[in-house]
Amino acid sequence: MRLLALAGFAQVEAGRTLDLSDPASLSFAIMPELVLCAGAMVMLLVAAWRPEGAAHSRRVALGSMVVALLSLVAVLFMQWQGHAAGPGPIAVDGFRWSSDVVFLLATVIAIGLSMDYNTREGINAPESHVLVLLATVGMMVMAGARDLMVLFLGIETMSVAVYVLVGMNRRSARSAEGALKYFLLGAFSTAFLLYGIALVFGATGSTNLSVIGGRIGALSMGDSPMLLVGIALLLVGFAFKLAAAPFHMWAPDVYEGAPTPITAYMAAAVKAAAFAAFLRVFIEAFGHLYESWHAAMWWLAALTMFAGNLIALQQRNLKRMLAYSSIGHTGFLLVAATAATSQVAGAFLFYLLAYTLATMGAFAVIIALGTGEHPRERVEDYHGLWTEKPGIAIAMAVFMLAMLGFPVFGGMGFFAKWYVLQAALDAAAPQFRLAIMLVLATTISAGYYLYVVMVMFMKPRPEQATPLPVVGVMSRAVIYAAVVVLLAFGVFPDPVVRWSRNGTELRPAMPPAAALPVPLGR
Amino acid sequence: MDRTYLPILLLLGFVLVNAIGMIALSHLTMRLRPTPVKDTPYESGIPPLGDARERFSVKFYMVAMLFIIFDIETVFMIPWGAYYRELSCTTALVGGSCPAGAISFFGLGEMMVFMIILLVGFLYVWKKGALQWD
Repeated sequence: MRLLALAGFAQVEAGRTLDLSDPASLSFAIMPELVLCAGAMVMLLVAAWRPEGAAHSRRVALGSMVVALLSLVAVLFMQWQGHAAGPGPIAVDGFRWSSDVVFLLATVIAIGLSMDYNTREGINAPESHVLVLLATVGMMVMAGARDLMVLFLGIETMSVAVYVLVGMNRRSARSAEGALKYFLLGAFSTAFLLYGIALVFGATGSTNLSVIGGRIGALSMGDSPMLLVGIALLLVGFAFKLAAAPFHMWAPDVYEGAPTPITAYMAAAVKAAAFAAFLRVFIEAFGHLYESWHAAMWWLAALTMFAGNLIALQQRNLKRMLAYSSIGHTGFLLVAATAATSQVAGAFLFYLLAYTLATMGAFAVIIALGTGEHPRERVEDYHGLWTEKPGIAIAMAVFMLAMLGFPVFGGMGFFAKWYVLQAALDAAAPQFRLAIMLVLATTISAGYYLYVVMVMFMKPRPEQATPLPVVGVMSRAVIYAAVVVLLAFGVFPDPVVRWSRNGTELRPAMPPAAALPVPLGR
Repeated sequence: MDRTYLPILLLLGFVLVNAIGMIALSHLTMRLRPTPVKDTPYESGIPPLGDARERFSVKFYMVAMLFIIFDIETVFMIPWGAYYRELSCTTALVGGSCPAGAISFFGLGEMMVFMIILLVGFLYVWKKGALQWD
């Protein structure tokens, strides 16, 4: 009978409230994840069945892209149907689907870029594409998790796959160093997170975000030290995953060591997933304790903005520069998170899409211009790019301006910053000082974003520079598609604004009407 | 309620004092008369051969990893086995067995999904040649 119910998915009418205690409904609620999981396993077997080779690796990559696109179709189908969910371990809402769209987009781009990169670097590992899919499964679980245990499962699924991906270039000592550092610090941060979960469970008697939020609201538990320590540990754990200052030390080394497509994937999707989970936990479960965690988040945002952007000024390696720039962007997003209104999610999703396209585009340029002997990761390698590859130079300029938040030429980047500022200023507790700092930090960031643009257009190409390679098909497609999308939605942002705000509001969980059982120890 | 934790606190204190005390006492009372034989690392009575930091084949690492994977599988299967009846029943058990008509596929299906995932991993490992020693 269950199988018949599973087969009848397509007939489910739109806008239904799913009962997550029923296995069939629960499976329906996680359909995109299941599609991705099943597809990844098939691709893993395909990858193993034939001997290694460049052609085989390409086949697996194309297959993996198809699997990610199928999952994207499933996500869009679910978003279009607009279901809600009863109490349960997983959320069924617009925030989850919109985040998933960004993750899957980043996945497709990362696999595409890996195709070019792996061929060039001689990395014969079709598994790397499958690992990207598996990491994405973890991300999608994180974005939907409404239970701390499910969240933990998602984080681990994502992290373990990404640890391996960072070390994929096993002949490079840098890559191995990055992988080991990421693994050790990742395990360390997971311990913080897990201890935080344990203490929150101890204080509230549940791991479900709605139940935790409801109990905190009903019992006004703001004075419980166990709960506050638990929240603090969760904050530290998340700050590590987000690479927010002062927990950001691992990021530049790992980003530099990892294969460039994986760096792009980490800077965009891994960060986005950690942010999505972070926002949901802190708004839905701990929204009632805003006064308690607000100050910590405020300092985290302020420190991260300035640390990221100031250190980025010093960098002459483009990968490291983009790593610090991504730390700076974490700070900007934390400004929105500090405001903690229901608009935050919309601003966050818009920012995420713009930032994902710009960052992955910039990394795609690095991949496109590098070769095995000349990785072209230093800023000097970009001197006079305009004279040799004008199209790529213009695209890189658009990405830099988008990350800076420049109007019109920066496309969506300008509106992304605008909506974050708006969310911070429209909040019940407006963040004036943070907003001013955000503008200041953005001005600082102009120092390195515009420097890259300047050297490309105004410096002469060095005489002894080796000729640039022919840009790979996939890199070219990614670069120009990203430019077109960034610029088009920069002129007409309405569809993206609607998409990012449609049913994505996150609210603190309300206590249910019925009397609550008093948790242990109170 | 707090008093119930007192024995644990006492045990903790005892362990700490004991551990520190043993090391401190042996340091205070010992007479240091080193000889070359005494300074060699203890190798169960056999004279040590060469350095301990030796390179060894990655194959051992592979076997250890595979062992952990298939070991963890059991950690999941034993609780599943213990709760199989409850998992395969849509209502509460009556006298240790499921009432007629309430038996569900869920318990078996859950393990089948797990086994299929594990099988995929196993096939991958096998095809990659990780199970061959040479």
